[in-house]
Amino acid sequence: MNRRKFLSWFGLAWVSFGAATGGALSIVLRFLFPNVVFEPPTSFKAGLPDDYEVGGVDERWKEKFGVWMVRTAEGIYALSTICTHLGCTPNWLTNENKFKCPCHGSGFYKTGINFEGPAPRPLERYRIGLTEDGQILIDKSKKFQQEKGEWNNPESFLVC
Amino acid sequence: MFDSFEHLIDAVSSPVTIFTFATAVFILFVTFPRQLTSKWVSLGTLFLVLAFFGIGLTDEHFRKIVSTPDNVPIVGLMFIFGYFTWFAMKKAVENDRRIEKGEPTVEQLETNDKVLVFPYLIFIEFVIALAYGAMLVIWSLWLKAPLEEPANPTVSPNPSKAPWYFLGLQEMLVYFDPWIAGVLLPTFIIIGLCAIPYIDRDPANSGFYCYKARRAVIIAYLFGFWILWILLIIMGTFLRGPNWNFFGPFEVWNVHKVVPLVNVNLSEIVFIKWLGVGLPKQWFIREWPGFAVLFLYFAIPPAVLARTALKDVYKKLEPTRYLVLVILLLVMIALPIKMYLRWAFNLKYLVAIPEFFFNI
Repeated sequence: MNRRKFLSWFGLAWVSFGAATGGALSIVLRFLFPNVVFEPPTSFKAGLPDDYEVGGVDERWKEKFGVWMVRTAEGIYALSTICTHLGCTPNWLTNENKFKCPCHGSGFYKTGINFEGPAPRPLERYRIGLTEDGQILIDKSKKFQQEKGEWNNPESFLVC
Repeated sequence: MFDSFEHLIDAVSSPVTIFTFATAVFILFVTFPRQLTSKWVSLGTLFLVLAFFGIGLTDEHFRKIVSTPDNVPIVGLMFIFGYFTWFAMKKAVENDRRIEKGEPTVEQLETNDKVLVFPYLIFIEFVIALAYGAMLVIWSLWLKAPLEEPANPTVSPNPSKAPWYFLGLQEMLVYFDPWIAGVLLPTFIIIGLCAIPYIDRDPANSGFYCYKARRAVIIAYLFGFWILWILLIIMGTFLRGPNWNFFGPFEVWNVHKVVPLVNVNLSEIVFIKWLGVGLPKQWFIREWPGFAVLFLYFAIPPAVLARTALKDVYKKLEPTRYLVLVILLLVMIALPIKMYLRWAFNLKYLVAIPEFFFNI
């Protein structure tokens, strides 16, 4: 085998090595992105406004969609169940009339306003509206933050 | 039988009393190491601790908390770390006495030669690893691993506890924003520990236990280790219950315990309580008191200390290393300061800018 031939084989070896490595890497990169994502739909129908008791915090959508429905004398709003401190799920304590996070002790009023513990800002609210057949429609893709003054937005609150 | 004792302990137990008590014990220990590591004081302390545990075990709740498989290692940890701290201090005190008299230290008496890491050290470590492995096998047969049902993102267990080695961090998270307690402070801890050999490059007094010659360094380290890490782990393990409320060691974990607590930010204290005007709208006007406090905290002590208490250190370390040292110390001390501010004034954040999630 002469020198020229040896070098060309050498080049071929490098090219195939590079291709194999590149291929393996790209498969690894592909692996980082799941084939199927199990995410619940971002918007859902939450029944009729009269299904909700005035003055109560309703937990029926907490497990499935991560939403508390709160009805006051003025209307209904949909609170996110994600603590604004580190993302745990707080519990609604009926007797104490507050949301309390089990992870670091943050507390929120029924309105979602933070008042104790380390949570730096209020719970978020989701867009709430009515469908044509009179049902409540919650859209989780749009959220309203109190500290940005977004709770004045009519879409954050359902008057009924 | 010991009901009144248990009620008394529960009544005085709170984060602030326990933290203050532990700090006081720590200060006593580093101020009078010779007296406190002497035979009778040590035995007496051990007896008191064991008596406390013995009395505690008559209480059903205490027994349950202490014997939970999750918590058993922490009970062991308290005794093991306590023993090693005592052991090192005992040896250091003995060597200090010898150095004062001009005698060689215990280690120097043994040999002045250096020995090779392999095989001398590695062999000991290998034997220890074998024994440790055997112990872990027996342990895992005896105490079952506390596995729970698959995680459900919509239900956080109450209380939700981190693994025991992160409970110090979780306790810090009660007083700080996640990015400080979860990212910045751990980074500072790791960088700070890495920086120790570069800050303290003095080879004097190495190779044997000693205390007097390295007092400040040892105190700083032990404070960070014992008070700001181990104590927080112990509190997080035994004394934090449902809703992350604080419970005394004999207090039953009542999910409905109500602790009246309204936290306020510094800006609210300044503008609403003191000045009597409303909160300014713009965050940079609203938060200037907090920024001012922070600026003073990190600007004045380094400058003052360089001319007073740490004059010699400043000369020895030169500006850059001195600044690294002082900043590390200030960040460390900031943790208990923030905790006391929370306990005393219900202060939530010095700087609170929820607009872009920046809270200190």
